[in-house]
Amino acid sequence: MDFINHQLFIKDINVHIDPILPKKTAIITHGHADHARFGHDHVIATRQTIDIMKIRYGDKCAKKFTPLRYGQKYSIKNYDFTLYPAGHILGSAQVLIEKNNNRLVITGDYKVGKDETCKNFKLVKCDTLITEATFGLPIFQHPDPKDEIQKLIRSVKINKNNCHIVGAYALGKAQRVMNLLRQQKYNETIYIHGSLEKLCQYYSKEKINIGKFEKVSSKDKNFYEGKIIIAPPSALKDRWSRRFPNPIICMASGWMTVKQRAKQQGIELPLVISDHSDWNELLDTIKKSKAKNILITHGQEDALVYYCKKQNLVSKPLSIQGRSDEEIE
Amino acid sequence: MKKFSSLLHNLILTPSRNTKIKLLQDYFNILDINRAYALAILSDQLSFQFIKASKLRELVYEQVDQHLFDYSYDYVGDLAETISLIWPTKKEGKSQNLSTLIENIKKIKKSEINTEFSKILSELSNNERWTLIKICTGGLRIGVSERLVKTALADLYNKSVNEIEEIWHGLEFPYENLFQWLKNETSKPKIDFKKLFHPMMLANPIDEGKDFKRLDANEFQAEYKWDGIRVQLMVSSKSVSLYSRTGDNISSAFPEIIEATKGDAVIDGELLVGRNFKPSGFNDLQQRLNRKKASKDLQNKFPVFIRAYDILFYKGKDLRKFSLLERRKYLEKFQKENKSNQIDLSSIINFSTWKELTKYKNNFHDDLNEGVMIKLKNSEYLPGRKKGYWYKWKKNPKLVDAILMYAQRGHGKRSSYYSDFTFGVWKESELVPIGKAYSGYTDKELLVLDKFIRNNTINKFGPVREVKKEIILEVAFDDVFPSTRHKSGVAMRFPRIHRIRWDKPVNEVLTISEFKKEFKLS
Repeated sequence: MDFINHQLFIKDINVHIDPILPKKTAIITHGHADHARFGHDHVIATRQTIDIMKIRYGDKCAKKFTPLRYGQKYSIKNYDFTLYPAGHILGSAQVLIEKNNNRLVITGDYKVGKDETCKNFKLVKCDTLITEATFGLPIFQHPDPKDEIQKLIRSVKINKNNCHIVGAYALGKAQRVMNLLRQQKYNETIYIHGSLEKLCQYYSKEKINIGKFEKVSSKDKNFYEGKIIIAPPSALKDRWSRRFPNPIICMASGWMTVKQRAKQQGIELPLVISDHSDWNELLDTIKKSKAKNILITHGQEDALVYYCKKQNLVSKPLSIQGRSDEEIE
Repeated sequence: MKKFSSLLHNLILTPSRNTKIKLLQDYFNILDINRAYALAILSDQLSFQFIKASKLRELVYEQVDQHLFDYSYDYVGDLAETISLIWPTKKEGKSQNLSTLIENIKKIKKSEINTEFSKILSELSNNERWTLIKICTGGLRIGVSERLVKTALADLYNKSVNEIEEIWHGLEFPYENLFQWLKNETSKPKIDFKKLFHPMMLANPIDEGKDFKRLDANEFQAEYKWDGIRVQLMVSSKSVSLYSRTGDNISSAFPEIIEATKGDAVIDGELLVGRNFKPSGFNDLQQRLNRKKASKDLQNKFPVFIRAYDILFYKGKDLRKFSLLERRKYLEKFQKENKSNQIDLSSIINFSTWKELTKYKNNFHDDLNEGVMIKLKNSEYLPGRKKGYWYKWKKNPKLVDAILMYAQRGHGKRSSYYSDFTFGVWKESELVPIGKAYSGYTDKELLVLDKFIRNNTINKFGPVREVKKEIILEVAFDDVFPSTRHKSGVAMRFPRIHRIRWDKPVNEVLTISEFKKEFKLS
């Protein structure tokens, strides 16, 4: 750990991982806005993460891009970098850093469960593990996403005169929900908020099965009765959502585990579908990584630090600026 | 149990009142014993003797690490939900009826609670577990009032909700007479009104801007608003009993009232502590509250009396359809006939314009009233908080600027937000906390404060965060008393956040001695 600081900065070679401000060299774990930013000189990431950054910020969002395949080694001086699948969203990666036989893994955001919209998580053994802790409390034990998506399908069948608006993050979660619907044989056109269009097109191009989708347009109000509409969470409270007939407000997120949270946000049909590891997956990953030194980035770090210490692992939280502890996904 | 727990799940997540009523009606339409259990639960009338919040904590600590539970509880802010989520799931057992499950739990012996009840929790699904724990801890807090449940029932069977309200407190589980009457199979249940607590008439806060423009001062009478506890006193030749606002029998806590009262009436009034009908402040009253019994010593030290302001029955006659003016005559008659050291009458304030009433409301010489009550002279005695009849007009609160020191996450609807604030004033170069508030701010202010706390934490003590001393809160409070229990030596009554003082520098906040001087504590 001595070569990397709490901001995930390797001073020795001037390399940052997921920096918030523009930097010389940035390794980017995945395309979410709290990890991938505009304006670095040199971005190192998977091809798909680079594509996503270009879709979101434009082709010139960095001066130079170096795409890496999963498992492909990239060296800067005596540091070797390798990306491994993180199973979080399309293109997401963990970063393995090797220096003098010392192995350090930064998980980035990750989940262990199966997901057809991205390569599944690969466990990498290491000496130091820097893990996320978004759902780092034992109350978070994610259910099978198939059962959750069935709740949505059932509600659509029962409430024929309503439309269902599903809040889901524009990158990753939205497409995962669409893919899960397809897996459960929901074959109708899915309607999407305009801000999702380019990313959905990209997922389709990458041969992820999200099925037929169409941007919401100013059609006759009643047209959307019985339909499923996917929108970013911010649009749920917006005027945008009022144009639809008797909407049932749904949300696909790991936070939906807690009823009080769902209620606060005015969600009527919570769907516990998460792209982050739950408590048991976090513990399992820590154990199987064989790491003796555990550093915890953003999330509910207190409980996880406590747990690691009880297992005689060296553990402490890193507080990285710019990552709010809750609203990320 | 599956059906009932999904009813509760849907109720808590449904914002629409009509949908809630529909959900309740769908459930009550089931013609079996479960709906009686549901009604008892929804109106908070079912509880288990041995299983309360503390017992549940004990049980959960047997299952999971205490620290991990505490971290989780701090995050979720709801005991039932935390336990239901964190409880290690075993294989779900066969789903049981709500009624069977409850009867089985009632049968558990005290010595076997830990094993037997834990076993039940382990065999339930997450949602059922949540429901069962909610039932145990009481007060469901699912956004459904007792009134709404009654409304759903009334609408379902084409009755008026007031009819249900009137007999409600005389009904008993399993409510067979209620359901039979609702279905028109029998006539309305006969209730012995003398034994029955009658739901109280409550007041709405006055909206100074709107209400005074449209209300005619001549149609109203005013009385002082006393800072005691609301009671209903039932007197007959056979017995005397005293009820709290929620219908709990509190007779045994106030034996001097029970012994001294005579006559035949149902009286509505305020219970106060004081000698010779001079109230002595809420702090004294608190010594008498939440006690099952009162020793002679306590009775002598803190004697109580009732300031009566209304009468519901007089010698068996139901006066509730009479006007307030007529009822007042009966009340005075009752008082004359039954002189007692324990009851006096709430005096009526003469005024002819709202402006004139202001000076009575703000009567700062008398710290013992909280403002005035404004009552429509020809109002019937109506249960609940009906608009347009009774209003309360509180004194302007006392205000003090204090510095935000610590914050903690809130509960229920504010869970996960840092919404409980401890604030303090200077004592030399240090700050000393003077109170804690968790209301009063707007949703927007809460977001600002929550963000400030997350970004400016300098210390964590378990769930409590200490923050940089930069934010000044203008705190409103009803009163402040000397206290030996607090480091600052003061205890506030009902402090709430009035606004955030962005304009004031922290060094202009009072010292504790200046604070005590300003509010006459030293």
